[in-house]
Amino acid sequence: MNWKTIKYNRYLYPALYILIIVLFIAIPYITAPYTIILLSSIFMYISLTLSWTLFSGPTGYTSLATAAFFGLGLYMAGILGDSVPLIVAVICGGLISFILAFIIGAITLRLRGIYFTIFTFGLVELIKHLMLWWEINIVGVRGRFVPRADNATVFYILLAILAALLLTTYFLKSSRYGMALSSIGSNEEAAIHIGINVVNLKIITFASSAFFIGLTGTIMATRWSYIDPYIAFDPFYSFLPPLMAIFGGLGNLFGPLLGAAVFSYLQETLITRFPYSYMLIFGLIMVITILYLPNGLIGLYQTIRQRFIGGKHADTSS
Amino acid sequence: MTSIINILVNGLILGGIYALTSVGLSMQYGVARIFNIAHGEFIMVGAFITWMLYTSFGINPLLCLVVAGPVLFILGFIVHRYLFKTLKDKTPVPTAFEGNSMLLAFGILFIIQSLGIYLWGTQIKGYSFMAYSIYLGGIRFSANRMLILFFAVFLCVLFYLFLTRTRPGKAIRAAAQDPEAASLMGVDINKMLALCFALGAMMAGFAGVLLSMAYQLQTNMGLPYTIIAIIVVVLGGLGSIPGSMLGGFILGIIGSIVNTIDPGLTLAAYYLLFMILLLVRPSGILGR
Amino acid sequence: MQILQVEGLTKNFGGLAAVSEVDFHVEEGEILGLIGPNGAGKTTTFNLIAGTYEPNSGKILFNGENLAGKKPNVICQKGLARTFQNVKVFPDMDVFQNVLLGAFFGTPEKKSRSQAKSEVEEILDFIGLSDRTDMVAGSMTLVNQKRVEVARALATKPKLLLLDELMAGLNPTEVGESMELVKRIQKKGITVIMIEHVMKAIMNICKRIIVLHHGQKIAEGTPEEISTSKTVIEVYLGE
Ligand SMILES: Nc1ncnc2c1ncn2[C@@H]1O[C@H](COP(=O)(O)OP(=O)(O)O)[C@@H](O)[C@H]1O
Ligand SMILES: [Mg+2]
Repeated sequence: MNWKTIKYNRYLYPALYILIIVLFIAIPYITAPYTIILLSSIFMYISLTLSWTLFSGPTGYTSLATAAFFGLGLYMAGILGDSVPLIVAVICGGLISFILAFIIGAITLRLRGIYFTIFTFGLVELIKHLMLWWEINIVGVRGRFVPRADNATVFYILLAILAALLLTTYFLKSSRYGMALSSIGSNEEAAIHIGINVVNLKIITFASSAFFIGLTGTIMATRWSYIDPYIAFDPFYSFLPPLMAIFGGLGNLFGPLLGAAVFSYLQETLITRFPYSYMLIFGLIMVITILYLPNGLIGLYQTIRQRFIGGKHADTSS
Repeated sequence: MTSIINILVNGLILGGIYALTSVGLSMQYGVARIFNIAHGEFIMVGAFITWMLYTSFGINPLLCLVVAGPVLFILGFIVHRYLFKTLKDKTPVPTAFEGNSMLLAFGILFIIQSLGIYLWGTQIKGYSFMAYSIYLGGIRFSANRMLILFFAVFLCVLFYLFLTRTRPGKAIRAAAQDPEAASLMGVDINKMLALCFALGAMMAGFAGVLLSMAYQLQTNMGLPYTIIAIIVVVLGGLGSIPGSMLGGFILGIIGSIVNTIDPGLTLAAYYLLFMILLLVRPSGILGR
Repeated sequence: MQILQVEGLTKNFGGLAAVSEVDFHVEEGEILGLIGPNGAGKTTTFNLIAGTYEPNSGKILFNGENLAGKKPNVICQKGLARTFQNVKVFPDMDVFQNVLLGAFFGTPEKKSRSQAKSEVEEILDFIGLSDRTDMVAGSMTLVNQKRVEVARALATKPKLLLLDELMAGLNPTEVGESMELVKRIQKKGITVIMIEHVMKAIMNICKRIIVLHHGQKIAEGTPEEISTSKTVIEVYLGE
């Protein structure tokens, strides 16, 4: 957006990123196990949120299918178990989600607005109940146990997923395809009439977003150690990403990242400290965010900054 | 033969409940454009109010209709007046409002449910009321379920008559069809939308009261009912009230058939039907 | 040389025949006018040619190739661009980005960013928007939004350009400027079909005009023939 700062960013940001990455790689060596576990949970939420934003952010197609792809990833871990190396299982989790999303995308992305949203919502429930029926009647189990992996391994894999996701998001955003995706959100009919292959672009982006969600699911299963269809396909995981993204601010690459980080930190600490008030607080934050922070934390920051510095960028918010 | 009648009657009972749980949601979406994911929480509140009144004071559950209805109406009115209206003022773009109102409703779901947990805990609750069998033509039916069917149909018809025959009902329908024209005619749109949301909540409350007579209650019971209501509403055509009633009965009968084949597949069958419908005919059976 | 031949074009919406059995052709390099009362089926005709809708029957031969049933993005890349009656810029993007998207995706070959950018600069210069490249499109006046749309269409390198009511809602000065713009587009070697209600504009620019009414073609001819045609006058008086 801001052409003048690009040159400056080109040198500053990579240096900053390298520093951050080094810092994160060092974390398992220098902190307590609790911190690693907490960070892993936060990474999971960030990854789900960024994956969701990859597709739904620019296109404006609100997907509630996150729980479906996440659950598939979880189940991949439960099915493969110890039979393959963890990394292979994780990649399989990503691929199965990619394939499902590709098929779903091909048949549903002509649905617009609320219809797309409720379709994706229904998808989670459909898979949940099919899985439940299959596990009980065909396999003869209610849930599955997943072999545990050690904390540092989980942490590093999540870190790698997150890094890949950030890079993908960054390159997509700065590429012509990222612009094309935003144009779909702006005016899909105009987009298709200037030569953009809207259908393919939507399907591939949707499937890529599902790929990262699947990866995250498989690695998280090793932390949870037990899964069943109700745990794996919990619609909660469909609603969290849009909420966290909006909480941070959708207009900016860092908005969803920040939103997910702050929100999930709050969540993890709230759950342990106030297990009973947690849901109430969660609901309140959700309501307040949607009503009073339409541009999220980033938007809030910008308004505050404008108050003090003056309205130089007054026409950039919309 | 008896088994076919049995399947049919069970389907109708199920359908009556589905219809009643859906009409409110359908109207809230059709008129106020709110996709109310928290709909089931209003059902839960209605059900627990009845449970409380019956187990603590021995008040007849049917009498609870006149208690729970107004309570839920007021609750719905407040929720719209202070939350959805605020959102609407801030989100003038209709599609953005639809998306955000769904997320807002999800937040409300959490708030109501957690307040429910404070009040009623997380245990499964229930009471028995008219828990005996009656025989019609040699076939056994449970009395309370027949009562539920009767009242569900009765309330749906009443609701429909209200919308089509009374002045406020007609105003609501006018507002749904053409908000601008309606506001030019002197209809206070905001009041109309709040009224409509409140009515939807009241219908949910009624459904809760009836449900509590024969089914188990739990503070997290809302979402499954919401999901079924969504399916029914899409089946009947988003925003079409008669469509929702018809859709409720169709789904109930399908459910009852699948249930005799393999109960574990009932919900999966609903979703399959729902998704195929969305793809083939998103406007539903009675949609435009 | 005929760049476009339309034969027996028909589109029904439910029971309504929005376009029925319409035949016409377009000569390469000309500006063809398309007029008719509201609801005559003009926009629908554009929608059929550009691939927004699939026709119920009929052929649309563009350089000899039938476009019927092809997707809009494919048709665009074959060199057929359009603008919309109700403007459809990308409101939250700036002018440059709007046009850049046309340059990136409007042609089948993949071009470099720098090439696309220089093309966009050239087009913005041609349209007269060079001094507004970083304005957010949604915040512009109607006439400028329409110009952005034309620029975006031109960026896709069309051989044939469909303009749907370019002058509607503009003041007389702006209408004059837009007429000049259309003539300059023609000079670039781009063939144009324009739907217009502003009679002065259409009589002035077009050598040939087609009249639609209730989805049917009722007249075709030079501006003089059209303005004196009994059927056409009746249709417009009967409105
Ligand atoms: N997508 C659509 N669905 C149903 N009817 C349509 C649609 N688009 C156009 N129509 C109808 O087709 C007829 C022709 O419309 P249109 O081509 O827009 O006329 P105009 O000549 O004013 O551009 C009108 O009666 C209009 O209502
Ligand atoms: Mg038109």
